[in-house]
Amino acid sequence: MSEEQIKNLEEQFEARIARDEKIEPKDWMPEKYRQTHIRQMSQHAHSEIVGMLPEGNWITRAPSLRRKVALLAKVQDEAGHGLYLYSATETLGISRDEMYEQLHTGKAKYSSIFNYPTVTWADMGAIGWLVDGAAIINQVPLCNTSYGPYARAMIRVCKEESFHQRQGYEIMIKLANGTPEQKEMAQDALNRWWWPSLMMLGPTDAESIHTEQSMKWKLKRKSNDDLRQQFIDQTVPQADLIGLTIPDPDLKWNEERGSYDFGEIDWDEFWQVVKGHGPMNKERMKARVGAWEEGEWVRDAAMAHAEKKQNRKEKEAV
Amino acid sequence: MKNKNLYNYILGIADNSLILGQRLGELCGHGPTLETDIACTNVSLDLFGQVRSYFQYAAKIADDGRTEDDIAMLRKEREYLNVLLVEQPNTNFAYTIGRQFLFDVYHLAFLTELEKSKDLTLSAIAKKSIKEVRYHERFSSDWVKRLGDGTEESKTKMQEAINDLWTYTDELFHQTEADKAMVKEGIGVDVTKLKEDYYENVSELLEESTLEVPESKYFQKGGKKGIHTEHMGYLLAELQYMQRAYPNMEW
Amino acid sequence: MSTKNWPLWEIFIRSKNGLEHRHSGSLHAADAEMALENARDVYTRRNEGVSIWVVESKNITASNPENNGEMFEPAQDKVYRHPTFYDLPDEVKHM
Repeated sequence: MSEEQIKNLEEQFEARIARDEKIEPKDWMPEKYRQTHIRQMSQHAHSEIVGMLPEGNWITRAPSLRRKVALLAKVQDEAGHGLYLYSATETLGISRDEMYEQLHTGKAKYSSIFNYPTVTWADMGAIGWLVDGAAIINQVPLCNTSYGPYARAMIRVCKEESFHQRQGYEIMIKLANGTPEQKEMAQDALNRWWWPSLMMLGPTDAESIHTEQSMKWKLKRKSNDDLRQQFIDQTVPQADLIGLTIPDPDLKWNEERGSYDFGEIDWDEFWQVVKGHGPMNKERMKARVGAWEEGEWVRDAAMAHAEKKQNRKEKEAV
Repeated sequence: MKNKNLYNYILGIADNSLILGQRLGELCGHGPTLETDIACTNVSLDLFGQVRSYFQYAAKIADDGRTEDDIAMLRKEREYLNVLLVEQPNTNFAYTIGRQFLFDVYHLAFLTELEKSKDLTLSAIAKKSIKEVRYHERFSSDWVKRLGDGTEESKTKMQEAINDLWTYTDELFHQTEADKAMVKEGIGVDVTKLKEDYYENVSELLEESTLEVPESKYFQKGGKKGIHTEHMGYLLAELQYMQRAYPNMEW
Repeated sequence: MSTKNWPLWEIFIRSKNGLEHRHSGSLHAADAEMALENARDVYTRRNEGVSIWVVESKNITASNPENNGEMFEPAQDKVYRHPTFYDLPDEVKHM
């Protein structure tokens, strides 16, 4: 194809997206579109399955049977969401194994928030309330993204996730209304998860490299800073309602903007965790790689068995 | 307590599901594939659902102010009445599947009989659970076949798991005092009558999976009387952690 | 590395309301039976269906979007296939 032809195709392609048409797997697409989507979608999938670990840490210790089944179901949903997203990414010509390989070798990233440890039961509440809350803000606009399989996966994810945040907030309500010790546990969890949750919405617009292109392809609808503001504005009243204090002395309502002003985010910490030096980076990778390697003989056995069965069937047919 | 035998009888049934559900819960996020992870969690969720029905009923019978959670989480190790089989650890996926299979075959036969119980609550719980457990049995049987008749490595591992777990199967058919009393009243299941079919079904599936049926005649027992393997204490330490560390609170 | 990966399957589910099977997504499984079981566990957790079809993805033949012109556009102007093409007096109801 000549450069001219490619340019022509690209223009048509961008025009389709601008018209809100969906791009489907077999459609022509610029290589950059494919690569960007593989990167973002697989990162999203990785975040789901690495995200199972901090919460999975409390399944065996959940304080009641009701909480235990809710948590189990939630962590299971995350496996499901990872699965939907991996499948959607596979339509772009990369296998799940290749994506795992990228995750296990550190080539692919996942959401940094999962590199923090879950040290008390209240962390289950804080994660559901704050981390899922921030995730929803990020994800809802993706239900309209330009790549068809991604948009469809996200519709399913968003539908299923609606209980996750409620599950977390309910845990917090119970703790906040409980004994002084329980309330302290809740406040402590909020103190530890608040800032990482704000960081989760991504670097400030000034430092964000992909935003403009992502906006055009509808991978993003609002800037990181706008999303962060939205998250803060909706979460602060929820904390007030249950008598917990947001750990930010600079937080205050700005009448003029109709929004909360908030304090400085420690971006050094953010980049440190992204680069692999958070409290749990190594543990998380060890758990993922371990599960994959220990599962290899199981996966091989299932394939070998399937082949034997197929051969027997063919022999019978002869 | 007025109806101590019925209460203990329910605990004996429920503890099996509780402890097995807990074991499966440990695996969530660590399975060989996402698909198997989701499947094992489904089994765990089914079991915990059953547990809640049983313990809510037990709490009603005990009528001493204790809740389902108190019963599930605040007994001493010696007061848990599950069979030794279900508390065995997830040594590897073959053990997880082997344990599940050896229990599922029993569980399905047991619930099929329990559905005929004169106790309407137990009968109703059994009726609902049978459908779940029928699927569990299908899932675990299919995996025994895959691992048994898969690769050399998987065959070795599956055989080893079956050999090790075999010693805990006989206990499934032991009768406790509560069992005997409940059978007499037409409430409980006579587990001794399930034994022959059990070994026949299990052996058939093992043979189909090109595995050997263990010949050992030495069996372990004790769980039904509250005497457990050393694994149990650690399992309970996690299960009970919150209730023990923060007593008398609501969650 | 494993010698062979589990192939990809496409999952179709019919919901209770009597509509046709619809594509729900995909997953990996070693064989058709496992694909069915995995589909049950992955795609019907919330009571979504009463029937499942699984098809190995490689067995699906799809139309090529490059041919969309000749494939689909010729149907666009066949308006006489739609009831609104026909003029009837207003007095005629229910037709």
